[in-house]
Amino acid sequence: MASTPVSTSSPQEESPSKTVTLPEVPLLPGEERVIDKDIIYMCPFSGALKGKVFITNYRLFFKSTDVEPVVVLDVPLGVISRVEKMGGASSRGENSYGLDITCKDMRNLRFALKQEGHSRRDIFEILFRHAFPLSHNLPLFAFLSQEKFADNGWNVYDAKHEFARQGLPNDKWRITHLNQNYELCDTYPTVLVVPKKATDEDLRKVAAFRSRGRIPVLSWIHPENQAVIVRCSQPLVGMSGKRSKDDERYLELIREANGTVRLTIFDARPNVNAVANKATGGGYEGDDAYQNADLVFLDIHNIHVMRESLRKLKDIVYPNVEESHWLSSLESTHWLEHIKLVLAGAIQVADKVWSGSSVVVHCSDGWDRTAQLTSLAMLMLDGYYRTLRGFQTLVEKEWLSFGHKFASRNGHGDKNHTDADRSPIFVQFIDCVWQMTKQFPTAFEFNERLLVAVLDHLYSCRFGTFLYNCDSARNTNDVRTKTVSLWSLINSDKAFYTNPFYTVESSRVLYPVASMRHLELWVTYYIRWNPRIRHQQQSPMEQRYRELLALKAEYLKKLEELQLSDSDAHLSNSSAPSAQQAEQLSNSTSLPTQRVTHMSNSTAPSTQQVTHLQTPF
Amino acid sequence: MLSGGGGGSGGGGGGAGGGGGAGGGSGGGRSPKPSFVSYVTPEEINLTEKEISRKEKQPDLLQGEVIFCSASPIRKCTQDDFSQRGIFGSLFCTNFRISFISDETQLEEEEGQVFKNKLYGENDIPLTCVDNIYRGFDEKKKLITSGSVRNKYPSKIIIHCKDLRVFQFSLAFAKEEDAKKIFQGIVHHCLEPKSLKCIFAFSYSEKMTFSSENQTKLKTVMFDSMVDWAQEMKRTKGNCKLVSANADFNISTKLPQFFIVPLAVSEEDFTQFQGKGIPIWCWSHHSGCALFKTASLPLMQEDGCSQSYRTYMERMLNAVAQNHLYSVKTEELPETLPTIQDIQQSYNKFKQFFLVDNTTEFWMSDVKWFSSLENSGWLDIIRQCLTKAVEVVECLENENTNVLIMEEEGSDLCCVISSLVQVMLDPHFRTLEGFQSLVQKEWVAGGHHFLDRCNYLHKDKELQSPVFLLFLECVWQLLQQYAPAFQFSETYLTVLSDSVDVSVFSTFLFNSPHHRATTIQPVSLLAQKGPLNLPTVWDWSVQFNSAAQDFFTNPLYVEKSRQDKVPRKTFRPKHQRHQSLPSTAFKSSPKKSFFKDETDSLKKMLRVKRISRWLNPTDLTQSTTREFYEAWQRKPLDYHGLLLPCVDGPALRVWAQRYLRWLPEVQIFGGGAMTLEKKLVDLLAEVRELRGKLDWHCSVDFSHRGAAALAGSSVRLSSAFPFFVSRTWSFKPAIPSCLQKNLITGTFADKEDEDSECLGVI
Repeated sequence: MASTPVSTSSPQEESPSKTVTLPEVPLLPGEERVIDKDIIYMCPFSGALKGKVFITNYRLFFKSTDVEPVVVLDVPLGVISRVEKMGGASSRGENSYGLDITCKDMRNLRFALKQEGHSRRDIFEILFRHAFPLSHNLPLFAFLSQEKFADNGWNVYDAKHEFARQGLPNDKWRITHLNQNYELCDTYPTVLVVPKKATDEDLRKVAAFRSRGRIPVLSWIHPENQAVIVRCSQPLVGMSGKRSKDDERYLELIREANGTVRLTIFDARPNVNAVANKATGGGYEGDDAYQNADLVFLDIHNIHVMRESLRKLKDIVYPNVEESHWLSSLESTHWLEHIKLVLAGAIQVADKVWSGSSVVVHCSDGWDRTAQLTSLAMLMLDGYYRTLRGFQTLVEKEWLSFGHKFASRNGHGDKNHTDADRSPIFVQFIDCVWQMTKQFPTAFEFNERLLVAVLDHLYSCRFGTFLYNCDSARNTNDVRTKTVSLWSLINSDKAFYTNPFYTVESSRVLYPVASMRHLELWVTYYIRWNPRIRHQQQSPMEQRYRELLALKAEYLKKLEELQLSDSDAHLSNSSAPSAQQAEQLSNSTSLPTQRVTHMSNSTAPSTQQVTHLQTPF
Repeated sequence: MLSGGGGGSGGGGGGAGGGGGAGGGSGGGRSPKPSFVSYVTPEEINLTEKEISRKEKQPDLLQGEVIFCSASPIRKCTQDDFSQRGIFGSLFCTNFRISFISDETQLEEEEGQVFKNKLYGENDIPLTCVDNIYRGFDEKKKLITSGSVRNKYPSKIIIHCKDLRVFQFSLAFAKEEDAKKIFQGIVHHCLEPKSLKCIFAFSYSEKMTFSSENQTKLKTVMFDSMVDWAQEMKRTKGNCKLVSANADFNISTKLPQFFIVPLAVSEEDFTQFQGKGIPIWCWSHHSGCALFKTASLPLMQEDGCSQSYRTYMERMLNAVAQNHLYSVKTEELPETLPTIQDIQQSYNKFKQFFLVDNTTEFWMSDVKWFSSLENSGWLDIIRQCLTKAVEVVECLENENTNVLIMEEEGSDLCCVISSLVQVMLDPHFRTLEGFQSLVQKEWVAGGHHFLDRCNYLHKDKELQSPVFLLFLECVWQLLQQYAPAFQFSETYLTVLSDSVDVSVFSTFLFNSPHHRATTIQPVSLLAQKGPLNLPTVWDWSVQFNSAAQDFFTNPLYVEKSRQDKVPRKTFRPKHQRHQSLPSTAFKSSPKKSFFKDETDSLKKMLRVKRISRWLNPTDLTQSTTREFYEAWQRKPLDYHGLLLPCVDGPALRVWAQRYLRWLPEVQIFGGGAMTLEKKLVDLLAEVRELRGKLDWHCSVDFSHRGAAALAGSSVRLSSAFPFFVSRTWSFKPAIPSCLQKNLITGTFADKEDEDSECLGVI
C-alpha cells in the first residue's frame, strides 16, 4: 500500500506467516501473477523512476530499480477507480506516453512507457480487466483468496446476541423474524426489534408508508432510562401530504415504551431538501399528523455534496499540499464543516437519549446519514462500542446489516467511475470516529491503525466484509462461506490495533466538541502519501508508554526475584501476584514492540530503546 | 441581561437574594426572581451588604499591595455553564490587580485546584494583564480608551485580559458612588500612562526579601557576569573575544555589560557608532562557524555618513568572516520578515477569535474559523520566522558559514531568529534550564525592549508588539512536532507567556540591561538603601508550589545518557552528518561558492556593492532550504540532534492550550491531551516507585522526587486542564447553534437523494 519514496512496507498488509514470497512480489494465498513489465513511475515527489511493475489478480506492485532507497508501490487493484491512457504514440516530450491511474484512497499514479510498438496495450487491458472484474464477468479477489486466519471474523456479530447484550427483548420490545426472507424489506437484516405492542400486521402497514419498506426499528436502548434510538427511512408523504394512521400509531408506541413525553424525530437532511423530497413521493413527519413528536432537521447534506467535498480535498492535498492559502483552501472544501455537522447531529441524538427521551432518526432512505448518526450516537453513549470488538459489532450492525450500500458507494470492481451513487459516506463516518479518538485519547480500545486498516480494506476487496449492498445480497452470494472477513485479519493481530492508553469507563457518555477549533484534518490518512509529512509508526507518547510498561515489567520481575531470595526464610505473600502481573505485562507489551521495530528499520532495535530508558530517574 | 438602571428596586432585590445570603443564595440568575418581595429600599440593602463584605471579604494582599478602591455588590457574569448565571461579590482595585471576591463561600475552598498561582487567583487580573476594557450595553460593547472617561460609568464592564480571559462585571447593583469610583479606578490604573516605579514589582520587592539565595539556587545562567559568557563560549567551543569594556555602559547603553565579538574586532571599533554595527556573538556551531547579530547601520542613506558606515561595515563583515573559513552570510531580517507593527496588528486580529463574550458569538465565528485564522496572518508570521531560522540553520549546519543577522535595533527579530536557531541546533536549549538561559542570553541581556513591547506604562502604542510571544509560539510549534526533544512541557510555555504580564518579575520590566541597572541601582542620594532586588521569573516558586511545577516537565523527554551515546557512535561515524546530506544539491548552488572561495573575492565584493542579503534570489533559497529539510527528514529522527520544523499548512497549528483554555464551548470534558499525559505520568510514578523499592532492596539511597502532581489526583480532567478546572461537571454537550445554512448545494439541491427518481414508483 505504501507509495512513499522511502521504502517501507505497509503495516496493515503484513501478516508474515501467511505471505508466500516469490522473488519480487509478496503474494497472498490465492494471488496469482498476471504480467510484469519494465516501466517508469512518474513519482510526484521524486520524479521519474525506472523500475518494474507486476500486476496480479489482487494488486499492482512497482519496484524501482535504479534509485536508493528503493521506491515500492503496493496498490490493491480494488483501490483503483479509473485507468486511462495518457498521451499518444506521437506525443512529444519525455515520458508523455503511458497510463494514468486514479485511486479511491487520495492518490493518483502515473506510469510512462516507451513510445513504440503499442507497449502499453497489454498492460492497459490487463489492468482494466483486473481492476474492474465485475465489469468483465470476473470474480472479486475476495472470492479467490485462500487466506487462513486463527480467528474467524464472521463470528464477531450476531444480531440476537447483541440485542441480548442490550437487555432485549424485554417487556416493551420484541424481536421479530418477519423479515426472515427479506420480504418486509430487502435492505434490512432478518432480525428486527420493534415495540412489543406492534403486531406483524402493523409492521406491514407501516412498511408501506416508509420509503423502501425501511420501517422504524430499534438500534439501541439506554440500559437505565430505556430511551431508544430508532432508525428508519422517510415517510411517503408526497405532494398531497398523505398520512398513515398506522405509522402515526406506531411512533406513538415507540414514544410510550419508556414514557417519553415528546418523541424527537431527527431528520438528518436540511429542511429544504426534505421539502424537495415531497416532489418525489417522500417527505417528513408533519406537525398535525405526529402531535407528540418534535421534528428537528440536522442540515447534513447528501451523498453528492460529500463526494464533491472529498474530491476538492484531494485536489488540495495530492500530490502537493496547497501552500499559499492552506486554511482557506481547506475551508472551501467544506469537508471539516460536514464532519462538524454530522458530529453535531449525533451529539444531539445522544443528548436526547441520555436525558431520557426516545428518538427516531431518518434521512431519505435511512442508509447513509442515518447510519452515521445512529452509530456515532451509540459510540458516544455506549462504551462497549469503543472496544475493539464492540466497534466491529457497531460497523456490522449499523452499517452492514442495515444496508449501507457499500458496493454502490465504493464501486467495488466496477469500471463506471462517474457513477453518481459513489460517495465517501463511510469514510466520513470513520473520520468522525477519528475526531472522537483525538478528543478522547483514552476512551477507545482501538487505535488509529485500525481505522486506517478499515478504510484500506473498504476498497481492497481482499475481504468479503464490505462487499455488496445489503444483507440479502451477501446471503445470496454466500459471502460468509466463500470469503474471509476483515475482522479475521484484525482479530488475529489484536495487539497491533490496540490503544495502550485505553481506560475502561464503559458507562460514561462522551460528548466530543463539534467546533472547528477542535476538528482537524486527518493528516495521517488523507496526506499519508506525501513524504514531507513525517510518518511516525507509533506516536512518541505511545512509544514512551510501551517502554515504561516494559520497564515496569522488568522491575516487577527483578523485585520478585529479590523477594524470592529473601523469602527463602520467611514466605512473602506479596510476591506471587506481582509475578503474575509481570508476566501479563511482558506478554502484552512485547508483541507490539517487536512489531514496530520490524516495520521501521530506521529506529534502533527495541532492546536498545529499553535499556537507555533506565537512566532518566 | 439586566438593564442598566443602577440599582432600581428590581435589580436591588435580585442583588439582595444573591449577596445577602452569602453562601446560601445561589446568586441571582439571569433575572431577578419575581417572587422576591423587597421590604427595604435598595439603598439600605446596598449599605448593609457593603458593610458585611467590607468586613468579611478582602483579597489576601501580597506584600506591598494596597487597595485603591472597591465596590459591592458586583455581579460577575459567568459563562462556564450555559445558563449565564452570575455570582455576586465585591470588586477591588489594588496597585497589583483587579480582584473579584465572591460572596459564595464554598467557592473559596477550591479543592482540587492543583495548579494554583500564588500571586493571583482565577478571579484576579494583574493590572498589566488587562488588555482592553469595554463598556457593555444591551448586547453590544464599546471600547474604553484612556482619557475618555469622566463622570459616567457603564452598568457593565467587560475586561479582556492578555492571557485571553474575559470578565464581565455588572456594576448596576452597587451604590452609584462606589460604582463610579471602582470604574474610574480600574480605567485609570489599567489604561492611563504611568511611570515605571508605579509598577507593582517595585512595591512588592521593597517588602520582600528575595533571595540572592534563591537566585544562586537557580541553575539558569543569567548572562550578567563575565563568567557566564565565558562559560557559554567554552561550552560551544567558540573562538571569539569576550569584551568587558561596557561593564559601566561606557561604550553604549544599548549593549549588555558583557558581550562577545569576533577576534578581529578592535577596541576602536566599539566606540565608533555607539555600539551599532558591532557583530555580537550568539552561538558557535561545532564546525567553528558562528551566528552573530547586530544593530545595523543605515547603509542606504546617500549623505556623507554612508561612506564611513560602509567602510565600517566592511571591516566588521571581514571580522566575522575571519572567524571561520573566511565565510560570512548576512541577512537584513526586516527585508523578509514582518515589522513589529505587522506582528502587533496580526496578533490583534488573531486574539479576537478567543476573546469571546458569549456563546452565540462563539458559534458565529466558528463557521468561518479557518479563513478568519488565515486572514489574521498570525500562523503565517510564525511560518516566516521558522522558515528564516531554518535558512540560518542551513548555513551553519550545512555550509559551515558564519551568519550575521541584522536589524535596526538588533533586539526584536534578531532575538526571535537567533534563539530559534539555537533551539533547533542545540539540544541544551531544549532543557528547562537551558531554555531559560537562552531567554536570558538573547532576550534579557540581548536588550529586547520588553517594557516598550508590552506597553506596561501605556505610553506609546506604536512600540507595543508581542515579539516574545511570537518566539514562544514558534517554540510551541517545534514542541508539538517533536515533543520528546523538549524537557519542558506545553504548560510551561503557556505559563511563561502568562508571566510576561504579571508585572512582578524583573525579567520583563526593562528595555535593556542598562535600563535595568540604572533603575535598580539607587543613584547616590539614598545611598543607605541597597539595590532593589526584584525576583526573576525563573524563580518559579514565587508563583507555583512544587507540585504545580511538576506540570512544567515533559514526561516524554528522556535525557541523553552516556550509556546511550556509546552504541550510537557505531551507528553514526564521526562526520556522517555532513556526508549524509545530499551534497549535489549544494555543490551546484551558486549560493555556496560565493564567499567560501577566497578572501580576495570577499574583499572585492565588499567594495563593489552592499552585501546585506543572501546572494541569490529568494525562490532559490526556498528550494534549497526545502531540499535541506527533506534531506534531514529522510534520516532517522534524533531527538537529541538537529530539529527542523515542518512548516507546511497542516503542520502549523493553533496553540490550543493557550488560546482555548478559557472557552467553555470547547472544553472536552473527560478528554483532551491531558488524559493521555495523566496515564503516562501515573505509569512513570509507578515505575519510579518500583525503582525505589528495588534500590531499597539493594540498599541504595533513593531520593523520591515528588511524583508528579497529576498522579493519583482525583481531579476531573478536561482539555483545559490544568488551567481551568470546571466545578460544574457538565454533562450537557455544546451544540453548535448557528450552523451555516444552505452550505453549498446549488448544483445538488435539486437532486436531493441518490435514488429519488425511483421513489415515484413506490
